[in-house]
Amino acid sequence: MNDPVDVLIIGGGASGAAVAWNLAETRMRIVCLEQGDWPQSSDYPSNGRNWESRQSEDFAISPNRRASSADYPVNDDASPIKVANFNGVGGGTVLYAGHFPRFHPSDFRVRSLDGVADDWPIDYRTLEPFYALNDRMMGIAGLAGDPAYPDKEAVMPPLPLGKTGETFGQAMNELGWHWWPCDAAINSREYEGRAPCINLGHCGHGCAQGAKSSTDITYWQEALRNRVEVRTRCRVSRIETNEDRMATGAWYFDANGEEVFQPAEIVVMACNGIGTPRILLNSASERFPDGLANSSGLVGRNLMFHPYALVRGRFDKTLDGFRGSRVFMWSMEFYETDPARGYVRGYCYQFTRGFGPVMQAINGMADGLVPWGEGHHDAYRRLFDRQAGMVSICEDLPEEINTVTLDTSLRDGNGIPAPKITYRIGENTQRMLDHSVARGTEILLKAGAQDIVTRSPLSYAGWHLLGTARMGTDPKRSVVNEWGRSHDVKNLFIVDGSVFVTSGGVNPTSTIQAIALYVSDQIKARLHDLFD
Amino acid sequence: MTSSTELVALSSEQFECLRLIVGHMIPASEKHGVPGADDPKIMADMAGTIGRDFDALSAILDIVNAAAGGHLGDLHTAEQRDLLADLRLRDSALFGVIEAVAARAYYRDDRVLKSIGVEPRAPFPQGYVVDEGDWSLLDPVRRRGAIYRDAG
Repeated sequence: MNDPVDVLIIGGGASGAAVAWNLAETRMRIVCLEQGDWPQSSDYPSNGRNWESRQSEDFAISPNRRASSADYPVNDDASPIKVANFNGVGGGTVLYAGHFPRFHPSDFRVRSLDGVADDWPIDYRTLEPFYALNDRMMGIAGLAGDPAYPDKEAVMPPLPLGKTGETFGQAMNELGWHWWPCDAAINSREYEGRAPCINLGHCGHGCAQGAKSSTDITYWQEALRNRVEVRTRCRVSRIETNEDRMATGAWYFDANGEEVFQPAEIVVMACNGIGTPRILLNSASERFPDGLANSSGLVGRNLMFHPYALVRGRFDKTLDGFRGSRVFMWSMEFYETDPARGYVRGYCYQFTRGFGPVMQAINGMADGLVPWGEGHHDAYRRLFDRQAGMVSICEDLPEEINTVTLDTSLRDGNGIPAPKITYRIGENTQRMLDHSVARGTEILLKAGAQDIVTRSPLSYAGWHLLGTARMGTDPKRSVVNEWGRSHDVKNLFIVDGSVFVTSGGVNPTSTIQAIALYVSDQIKARLHDLFD
Repeated sequence: MTSSTELVALSSEQFECLRLIVGHMIPASEKHGVPGADDPKIMADMAGTIGRDFDALSAILDIVNAAAGGHLGDLHTAEQRDLLADLRLRDSALFGVIEAVAARAYYRDDRVLKSIGVEPRAPFPQGYVVDEGDWSLLDPVRRRGAIYRDAG
């Protein structure tokens, strides 16, 4: 058995890193168990000529396709949206695009404002200082003054608009619709010892330049200097409890496949919306027969993705192609509820540049724009470096029928039951998707695009894993309280996307990390009566 | 993972079927000065980068060979083309894996990249240049004022 620690963090991704850094100043003994390894920037695909091939191999976004020793399988057959993640120090931030919007104030008040779902027990003002702190820790490029948000500081200048941004900006202006350079977790200049972006166009598969802010090179470096220990290739199987219904630590399989117990005074779950309910459900015991922290029956329920729709078009001029950051501008024109649209809540657009040579061919053929045979080369050249568009990120409302449960037969490499996803797109979300495709097409036509293609929903876009251990003040209707502590187990905290009450219509990493900083601040402030 | 083991794992019948299919998919072009995807150098690269698509690719090649009565190569070129068109019409998704395998090798060949105006090199460490863009385009957005609901 290992020596006891004060704080055991399970998961070394976006939220676990932020908690570790924030708690480090307490001088408590902190250990993080991470099932993957430290990423090496020299391994990232953009180091080699085969960079596009490797995007679909060991740096693929699907854990089922990667199937590396760090990954656990996910049965997502019963979902039109397939799970995307990365298992390793840094978690999903290693492969995310770095799109870094905050939630909007209205996102925390959806019941009061729009009569759907539930209000959060916290609000934008509560999280605002933690958003700002997180922006500084991660290093966020952006432009102050976005009319879609309350005032917020820009840590460094925005990323270039490029020809693509100019083209879409002009079109949006003609339509009278909102757009703005996006907040991006990508250095536009040197920041805290990390180099600026050199437009590799490769953000989504690991940044060899180190310009993209993944937590392995931001929070974790600071946390390590403050003596936090990260134990890699350690996969947690279950959390143990005692007769006082308190967590005593966690069992995990180490790099040699040995099952080991790590005792701890406080356990912090940071495995996001699938990993966290999986461990809680796998921790069922005589004391907690339905899974740990599950007296509400809501662990694993209310799974929310953000269904994405894609709209792309071909232009008669050369744009940026694959060069440049994946993210550079957004539109919040359709974010807030307008009853005339036939749905409540809303979505943002994330504008996108072109594909690399290989992906242009694959997508061109799949979309029917690049034929087989004689016409292949001319059609390809009409498309390459001339295609651009956007994706819509639609707010998904919580529904208890959308679940993470344990698969009855599928196991990971250590024999631990794998998660099973059961999910369907709700009517409100479907209407939102349809609206976003129609308006996106309008934008592309205004910008002068032809050969417009749409995909809705995008299947392989299940990045945002939210809602499966929701936050609330009522123990019957939530899993953790308003400061992240389990209602049932007084020394168990959850700090990841599981605690989201609603999903908002933007990428969640900024909010996940703001919550992680907020909850860890609450732990520090309440240390003397933390378990009361 | 990509490794040489996949090169030998694809049977000679499957490899020949793959060569014929990708030749129909991306033929050589005198106009653009590029080889076809069935070029020996590209095929060697392709065989080494099948990676995680091996099982799916192998199954599809067997389906195509079976549909051809044993071997796709036993048919005349026009018959091959017609059979492939028919199979694609019936199940276009079936060929998605072959398109991906072919494109990953073809569109990184130096000759092809030069033809489409791309430097044949890794993105890192040199990177690329992207225009800053005209920030004055944001003036109308600023003039419109706040659009969010101030909900606390």
